Amino acid sequence: METVLRTTNLNKYFYEPQPFQVLKDINLEVRKGEFLSLVGKSGCGKSTLLYLISTMDTDYEGTLEMNNTLLTGKKQNELARFRNEHIGFVFQFHFLLPEFTVLQNVMIPALKLGRYKPQEVEERAYEKLKILDVHEHATKPASKLSGGQQQRVAIARALINDPSIIMGDEPTGNLDSYNAQVVFDIFRQLTREFGQTIITVTHDPEFAANSDRIVEMSDGRIISSHPALIS
Amino acid sequence: MNLAYQIAKTHLISKPKQTIVAMLGVTFGIAMFITMVGLMTGLNNFTEELTMTSTPDIRIYHDITEPRQSILEETNQGKGLLVVHHQKPKSETPKIRNAFQIASLLQQDPMVLGAAPLLSSQVFYNYGPVQLNGTIAGVDIMEEDKLFDLRHKIKTGQLEDLLVSQDGIIMGTGLARKLNAQTGDRVVITTPEGYTMTLKIVGTFQMGLGAIDNVKAYANISTVQKILQKDQNYVTDINIKLKDINAAKPKAAELQRLFRYKAEDWETANATFLTGSIIRNILTYSVSITLLIVAGFGIYNILNMTIYNKMKDIAILKATGFAAADVRNIFLIQSLVIGLIGSVLGLVIGFGLSYLVSQVPFNGGDFISIDTLPVNFDPKYYIIGIVFGLVTTAFAGYLPSRNAGKVDPIEIIRGQ
Ligand SMILES: Nc1ncnc2c1ncn2[C@@H]1O[C@H](COP(=O)(O)OP(=O)(O)OP(=O)(O)O)[C@@H](O)[C@H]1O
Ligand SMILES: [Mg+2]
Repeated sequence: METVLRTTNLNKYFYEPQPFQVLKDINLEVRKGEFLSLVGKSGCGKSTLLYLISTMDTDYEGTLEMNNTLLTGKKQNELARFRNEHIGFVFQFHFLLPEFTVLQNVMIPALKLGRYKPQEVEERAYEKLKILDVHEHATKPASKLSGGQQQRVAIARALINDPSIIMGDEPTGNLDSYNAQVVFDIFRQLTREFGQTIITVTHDPEFAANSDRIVEMSDGRIISSHPALIS
Repeated sequence: MNLAYQIAKTHLISKPKQTIVAMLGVTFGIAMFITMVGLMTGLNNFTEELTMTSTPDIRIYHDITEPRQSILEETNQGKGLLVVHHQKPKSETPKIRNAFQIASLLQQDPMVLGAAPLLSSQVFYNYGPVQLNGTIAGVDIMEEDKLFDLRHKIKTGQLEDLLVSQDGIIMGTGLARKLNAQTGDRVVITTPEGYTMTLKIVGTFQMGLGAIDNVKAYANISTVQKILQKDQNYVTDINIKLKDINAAKPKAAELQRLFRYKAEDWETANATFLTGSIIRNILTYSVSITLLIVAGFGIYNILNMTIYNKMKDIAILKATGFAAADVRNIFLIQSLVIGLIGSVLGLVIGFGLSYLVSQVPFNGGDFISIDTLPVNFDPKYYIIGIVFGLVTTAFAGYLPSRNAGKVDPIEIIRGQ
């Protein structure tokens, strides 16, 4: 199977308030179409790792490769373009633009990419909202939605450009079990049918157990990486 | 760019109060600029036009007060230290020799529109027991009309009436009013030399400038020669109007060399007046620029505040693929839109104010004959105004916008 993401000896330090190594020699390889769960105790460095591999944080040692492109050392603007096209990100705290409608929030990354005409983008955005069952709120301002609804909108936004990798930082953290299952099924479908890759941080053992592979972290290191029980 | 514009628009609309306050700053600056510049240049143009209608482009005369070398210096050139105190002009006649030949020569010059020989005299107008000070200009009235468009300034009578009259004068309306005289009346004048003569008013004119209308009268050259008791060739000035007024300075120098009489161009003759208009312009521009800079600071502050409040949004945009320039454009567009709408509003309000000012009754008194203030509505200043407004807001918006573009998204996302 093709490798979509490879990290070699990633090390990351924080210097404030005191010098401290958050990530230690992270070597991770993710295959195309894989559904990967990242687990570990709170504060072990999961979010930090996700920010590195999502190219938003460039302050690290080691190398990062994605779709056979070396991303380490690239300029911010190039990375922004790359993220726009290849990475969908669902933040731990759902970040939406409060003045814009739900639909506009989903459309903006696609309008930026400019692959489709605005009319098509709107249709596609509405499709995604429908999949996540928040389409009836499409014209509301994003700030007027509940936490769980906002999280689903954020997921729809991550999917809009059909990215090769979707990264989520506890994307189902705010959802009831029904909606968590919906999101899980979507992710499952994306990996199986469209060959997209999913990397999610999760504290939900059942969610992890149903994915393809579980990578466990502790104290800034990867301590185990094994196929999930069920698959 | 279109996307950046859409986002900028949403930002502006979602904070209407802030947007309006920022706009009003620009509006106020531009409106003040338009009103002030309209009034100032209106006044400038008006007085300039008046002055121009009464001053020739070039005036040739015999300057007998010009400083000259003393005899001592002439005979002892370069020998020792020579001091001559308080030397006075030679007693010369101010007559221009061959003035009529010079005038007809000038009339054939392709650069010259008209050249009119002239002589003028100080006179006292006798009004019962009172004597009013004034001047009489002896002119070739037809040539003078070419220079100063007299025909349209005649209030009563006709130019031609002067030609057929031996002792006729066309009098300034102000002077006629002071003398309580009308066309057809006779007035008695006395020269400083004591010569007295009776003249007939055949018409009146109004230049609109008190300094002329209240003292001046036109007569034929021969009439004034008679008043001054001079011969038929006695002429003291030649007034010249050029086709291109801006050519006056070099042309004056050329004529001075050619005829060896003093040739003075209108700029030199009206130097004080021109300085006044320069000072008025400096005032107008400095007040307007100050207002605009204040407005610029307002925009700078408001934009900085907006950006500070929108840190999270900026982080999201950059995380989802917006480059620094895209984010910068979003905020730059906001300040430009504020600048554009603010400026256009400023132009409209400025136009309205200018119009109001131009309607206010204003009595120019004896000095200038106007009923309302002259206001300039030249589109040039409206273009300058909008360019001013846009440039100021672009400057004020650039720094905060660039900083917004440089925001590191991870700092904000991690900080949550
Ligand atoms: N900006 C920062 N400066 C210094 N230390 C930080 C910073 N952000 C995070 N840390 C520390 O780095 C470690 C890893 O944080 P991280 O957010 O990656 O944990 P996490 O595994 O995502 O935890 P959680 O499951 O609670 O989200 C923590 O000990 C945290 O205190
Ligand atoms: Mg975390």
